[in-house]
Amino acid sequence: MMATDAIVIGGGIHGCCTALHLALRGLRTILLEKNTVGRHASGVNAGGIRQLMRHKAEVPLSIAAMDAWERLDDLLGPELAKNCEFIGGVGQIGIAETEAEMEWCHTRAAEMRSLGHEFEEVIDAKELRRLIPAIADICRGGIISRRDGHANPFRTTQSFRLRAEQLGVRFMERTRVTGLEQGDRGWTVATESGVFRADILINCAGAWAWQVAEMIGEHLPKTHFASTLMVTSRMPHFIDPVVIGIDRVLSFKQTQAGTVVIGGGVLGDPDLNNETADTVADRMVVSAQTVCEFFPILRRATIVRSWAGLEALMPDVIPVIGPSQVAHNLWHAFGFSGHGFQLGPIVGSIIADLVATGESAIPIAELSPARFSTNDMLATTRIPDRKVSQEAGRE
Amino acid sequence: MTDTPRTDCELAIVGGGPAGLAAAALAAELGVETILFDEQPTPGGQIYRNIEANSRKLDALSDILGADYAKGLALVERFRSSGAAYEPLSSIWQVTAAGKLGVSQKGRAYLTRAGRIILATGAVERPFPVPGWTLPGVMGAGAAQTLMKASGVVPDRPTVIAGSGPLTYLVAFQLMKARAPLTGVIDTSRKGLLETGLTALPVLPGFAGDLLKGLSWMAALRRARIPVFSGRNVAAEGGSRVEAVTFEGRGKRRRLPASLLLLHEGVVPNNQITASLRCRHVWDAAQMAWRPWTDEWGVTSAELVAVAGDGAGISGARAAVHGGRLAALDAACRIGRISRAERDERARPERQHLQRDARFRAFLDNTYRPNEAVRRLANETIACRCEEVTAGDLRALVAEGFTDINQLKSFSRCGMGQCQGRMCGATVARILALSLETDMESVGYYRLRLPVKPLPVAQLAELGNAERDLRPSPLGADGDPSQRV
Repeated sequence: MMATDAIVIGGGIHGCCTALHLALRGLRTILLEKNTVGRHASGVNAGGIRQLMRHKAEVPLSIAAMDAWERLDDLLGPELAKNCEFIGGVGQIGIAETEAEMEWCHTRAAEMRSLGHEFEEVIDAKELRRLIPAIADICRGGIISRRDGHANPFRTTQSFRLRAEQLGVRFMERTRVTGLEQGDRGWTVATESGVFRADILINCAGAWAWQVAEMIGEHLPKTHFASTLMVTSRMPHFIDPVVIGIDRVLSFKQTQAGTVVIGGGVLGDPDLNNETADTVADRMVVSAQTVCEFFPILRRATIVRSWAGLEALMPDVIPVIGPSQVAHNLWHAFGFSGHGFQLGPIVGSIIADLVATGESAIPIAELSPARFSTNDMLATTRIPDRKVSQEAGRE
Repeated sequence: MTDTPRTDCELAIVGGGPAGLAAAALAAELGVETILFDEQPTPGGQIYRNIEANSRKLDALSDILGADYAKGLALVERFRSSGAAYEPLSSIWQVTAAGKLGVSQKGRAYLTRAGRIILATGAVERPFPVPGWTLPGVMGAGAAQTLMKASGVVPDRPTVIAGSGPLTYLVAFQLMKARAPLTGVIDTSRKGLLETGLTALPVLPGFAGDLLKGLSWMAALRRARIPVFSGRNVAAEGGSRVEAVTFEGRGKRRRLPASLLLLHEGVVPNNQITASLRCRHVWDAAQMAWRPWTDEWGVTSAELVAVAGDGAGISGARAAVHGGRLAALDAACRIGRISRAERDERARPERQHLQRDARFRAFLDNTYRPNEAVRRLANETIACRCEEVTAGDLRALVAEGFTDINQLKSFSRCGMGQCQGRMCGATVARILALSLETDMESVGYYRLRLPVKPLPVAQLAELGNAERDLRPSPLGADGDPSQRV
C-alpha cells in the first residue's frame, strides 16, 4: 500500500492542473489515470481559449483563467509554456448571419456590460471583414472577445503533467480505480495495480466521474457525450481568429500547421464502456454546409480525419466544482460539458484553495454539486435529440 | 455506372481486384443483388490493372507484362457477364458496422446501405523507410509497375531497384524488357531464391513452375548484364533529388549513380477500413503485418463485414480468387440464396486450392521476410513523410514517457497527414515496440475514424442522402445561446 497526502483521479487537464497546484502547496500527490494522460476530451478537443459567450456562472473563472493563460510562463516555466502553443489576442468571434442573431449580440454585450464586463463587443460587417477577409458576404457582423485565441490541447495537457512531475507529483497511468473507502485513516483507493491511501481525494474523472462518485454513494448526473471534430489537409494561411456560430452549428479555426479544425457540437456516438466514440457522417453534413457557406475557400479543402472525445455533460451545461455532498475530504471538478479547456489553468488552483482553506476567492457557489441534490436535476440520463452540445463545439 | 446512385443493395464489394471480381461474379450468379465499388476506372485491381484495354492492344506492352497478367482477363469477363453492378472510380470513405458505405464518385458523395459487405481492398506496398527515401526520384517498385500498366510509362533515366520479394525481380525483368535504363538490382533478402528454392522444392510439389519463373527472371537479368547485388542498409543520396544509391555489400559500402530508385519490401494488407471499424486484428509475425481476424469464411469481428484476398493476409492473386468465392458463398448463404449444405459443398474445392497455395505462401514468407524492416532505423530517417517526423523525434518522445502510439501521433503529428497514417503506422509502432521492449500487439495501431479516404468538404456538405433523423437539429432561436446545451 502506498500512502500519500492527496490522490487525484483522472489525468485530463483539470486533474493534471489540480495535481500541479496541490504540489505547489506542498502536498504529496499521486495522480491515477485509467488510460494515459490526455486520452479523452482534454487531449482531443478543438483547443479554443474562449471567454466569449460563456455562461454567466463561468465568467469569473474564465476571466481568471485568461489571466493564467497569458502568464503561463509563471506556472509552467518558459519551455513548457511554449509547448502549449497558446496564441492569444487573435480573438474569438460569434458570427451573426441573421438580424435576430445580430440583435442577440447587442443584448448579450449590454448584459455583460451591466455585470461590469467589457470584453464582449459587437462588431459590424466592415470590422468582421477586416478581421476575416475570407468570410462570405452573408455574414453581417458578430460579437467578439479580442483577448481570446487557441492552444494545442494535447500538448497543453502534457505540459501541465510534466510541470506537475517536476514538482514531485507521481503519475500512475493505466491504473484504474476499482473501489473507494473512507475510514479513520483517510481514503483507501483500490486500483488494478495496488492499493493507495490518502487524506484527500479529488475527482477529476470527466465522463467517468459519476462512476467514481457512485463508489461512495453520491449520485450525480450520468450524462456523457462525444463532440465531433473534423480536420482538413493543410491550407495556405487565411484566418487568425477563431469563429463560432450563434444559431448555426459551427466552430472553426486554422492551426499553426495550416490544417483547419471544424467542430460545432456535432454529436458522435459515445461508447463509455469501451472508452471510445465513433463519428457519424450523417450528422457532420450540417457542419460542412455551414463552413462552406461562411468560408467559400473551404469548398476546396479536403477532410482527412475526424474524431470525437468523450466528456461529461451536465444537465445545466456548467461544471461541478466543489466539495462532495456525502463525504468530507473529497472534492469534485468535472462535468465541463465540452467547454472546460480554457478553464484548465484555473480549476486546479480553485481546488487547491478549497483543500487548503475551505474557500475560493473565485465564486463557485453556482457550480456546487449540491444543485443535483434534488432529483429533478438528476433525472437527465440521456441527451435530448435537439439538445446537441453546441457549447461543446465552441471550445 | 448509373446517374442516380443506388442507395441500397444486398451485398457491397469494395475493390475490383481478383478477390473482389471473383466474389462479385459468384454472388451475382447465385442471385445476390451485388454492387462492386472500384477506385479504378476498369476492373482488374492492381495486378490486372487495365487488363481489358491492354489485352486488346496486342502490342509490346502485353509481352512485357507477361502471361500471368493476361490470366486476369477471364476473371474480368466472368464478372462482366455475371449481372453484378459495377461502380468504377468510386472511393469508399467510410464503412460502418451497420453496413453503411460512404461513396465518393465523380465529384459527389452519397451513402449506400448494404446488407453485407465484402472488403477486397488488397495490399499496399510496405513502407520502406531508409535514409533519403523522401527525396524526389524515390518511389515504390509497385508504383512504377502501376504506371507501366495504366499508361505504358517506362523510366527513361538511370534506375536502380532495391529490396526483396517476388515483385522486385518481376519489375526488374519487366523494366529490362521495356528497355528502361536499369543500372542495378540490390537484393536485400536474407538468402537468395536459388538456395532456398532448391531446398524447398521437394516439399513444394506443383510449384516448380513458380520457382522457375522467379529464377528465369534472375537469369534474364544476368544475360542482359544488369548487375545484381546482394546488399543491405540501402540509402538514397542527393540534394534536391536522388543522385545515387548506397548500400553495404560484401563488407563494404558501395555506391550506384541513379536518378530513379525503386524500393520494395513486399506488400502488406490494406486494412484501413477494418481498422476504422475497430475490428479485431492479428499481428502476423511471419508476414510482419497486421491482418484482420476472420472466421473460415472471411467474416471479421464486425458481423456484417467480411474480407477476402490480400486484405485478409497476403496470399497472392490465385488465392485471392478462392478467398473471394468463399466470402461470396457465405454471403449468399446468409442472405438466403443457398443452403448451408450447398455453401459447404461448393466451398470444398476452393479450400483445397487455398491449402495447396498456403504451402507456397509459407515458403515465400520465409524467403522474403523483410530483412531491412527489422533493422534499427537511423535517428535521422524520416518515419512519417507527411509531417516529416524522424525516428529520432519519436524515440525522444518515448524517452519522455509516452507509451502509446496515439500519444506519439497527438504530440508529433505523425500519421495526421494526407496519407492518413498508411505510410508510417507500422514504422511508428515498430519504433515504439522496440523502445519499450514490447511486442506489436501491445503497441497496437492508430485509432482511425472516417474518412478512410480524404473527402472534400464540399462533397460532405452536399451529401445527398444523409439520414435526417441522425442530424442534430440546428439550435433554434429559443433560449440563450450562451446557456444552451
